[in-house]
Amino acid sequence: MKDFNYHSAKDSKEASKLASSSSAFLAGGMTTIPSMKLGLATYKDLIDIKNIKKLSGIKVSGKSVTIGAATKHVEVSNSKDIKKAIPSLSSLAEGIGDPQVRNRGTIGGSIANNDPSADYPSACIALNATIHTNERKIEAAKFFKGMFETALKKGELIEAIEFQIPEKSSYQKHPNPASRYAIVGVYVAKHKGDVNVAVTGAKSCVYNDKEMSKALSGNFSSSSIDGMDLDSSEMNSDMHASADFRASLVVTQAKKAVDAC
Amino acid sequence: MGKISLEVNGRKVEKEASDNTLLSTFLREHLQLTGTHIGCDTSQCGACVVHVDGNSLKSCTALAADVNGSKVTTIEGLETNGKMHPMQEAFKKLHGLQCGFCTPGMVMSAVDLLQKNKKPSDTEIRDWLEGNICRCTGYQNIVAAVKEAATKM
Repeated sequence: MKDFNYHSAKDSKEASKLASSSSAFLAGGMTTIPSMKLGLATYKDLIDIKNIKKLSGIKVSGKSVTIGAATKHVEVSNSKDIKKAIPSLSSLAEGIGDPQVRNRGTIGGSIANNDPSADYPSACIALNATIHTNERKIEAAKFFKGMFETALKKGELIEAIEFQIPEKSSYQKHPNPASRYAIVGVYVAKHKGDVNVAVTGAKSCVYNDKEMSKALSGNFSSSSIDGMDLDSSEMNSDMHASADFRASLVVTQAKKAVDAC
Repeated sequence: MGKISLEVNGRKVEKEASDNTLLSTFLREHLQLTGTHIGCDTSQCGACVVHVDGNSLKSCTALAADVNGSKVTTIEGLETNGKMHPMQEAFKKLHGLQCGFCTPGMVMSAVDLLQKNKKPSDTEIRDWLEGNICRCTGYQNIVAAVKEAATKM
């Protein structure tokens, strides 16, 4: 791994002041460090944001759950408040990687990285999340732009993610048997007005499946999406799953999620 | 370049290291604690698992600078007065290893499990060891060893 300067920022202000076109924020480092070791990414400066107190913690109000960006997966999966308010969110966190990854990896890091197979982006879409940064608030629907691409500008730092508490919800994934990332993951959330069906792993970026959302908003039963033939032309195809298999998995996982609600 | 101060296996250490030094490198090359193994070096295999402030992590995917000031326990820190830790005893007794390469990580991971869950079921043990890969024995005896250790800890 090429050398760089390590900085530990005291607050968001200092972190964004240190940021440049050749820097990266470091949270859990579960993607940043392996990418640097493999030479896929090089930075002059790594700005550690884990010691910024304001960025960690969980707050639950009547309508929403707000999680600090540097909050670790293990803290989300163990939180009694989240288990009560949005149980599907704590079980999603419990299914990320392995215990050592969950001890380090953070929700803000996962979202900022926007890996096409990451679990958390689907939660953001399904639970109408608002991404709070040091500069503004961004709706989840406008945040995830494409493969590893988000609406974040250089030096912009995620501070917290605010999830809307749904009436019912469930996240189901078909994990890769070795690494447990989502070959396909589907997060179904039933809100007062409508239903979101957020899909990860299937395409180059997380998305809300409009066809299934519409069917389930009309009738919240797995029978209303049974046998649905999704267009697989934009779906990922690799040695683990063909595009057609992924299209079929999306429906299967969505049905499982509805039944589990 | 910066100063890394850690408490490793109860001993205070302070060494200069470049900012890109991984915790695994710091332990193995700066402190000569070679019990922590490097297997895949891509945070998949878990041979490098150590405890930092009581929680297990993969030391090949953490910067030494990033854990500065922490308490670190490696496989070398488990024994007391030359006596093996109950988890090490159980791995030995139940043949939970063959070549032994993955064993330090397996043991450190399993000790962390028992810190958090005193009586884990087979499924809970297997789930917990998701991030530790063994290429020789398979997992039956490893799971049996963790169960045995749970009765002794």
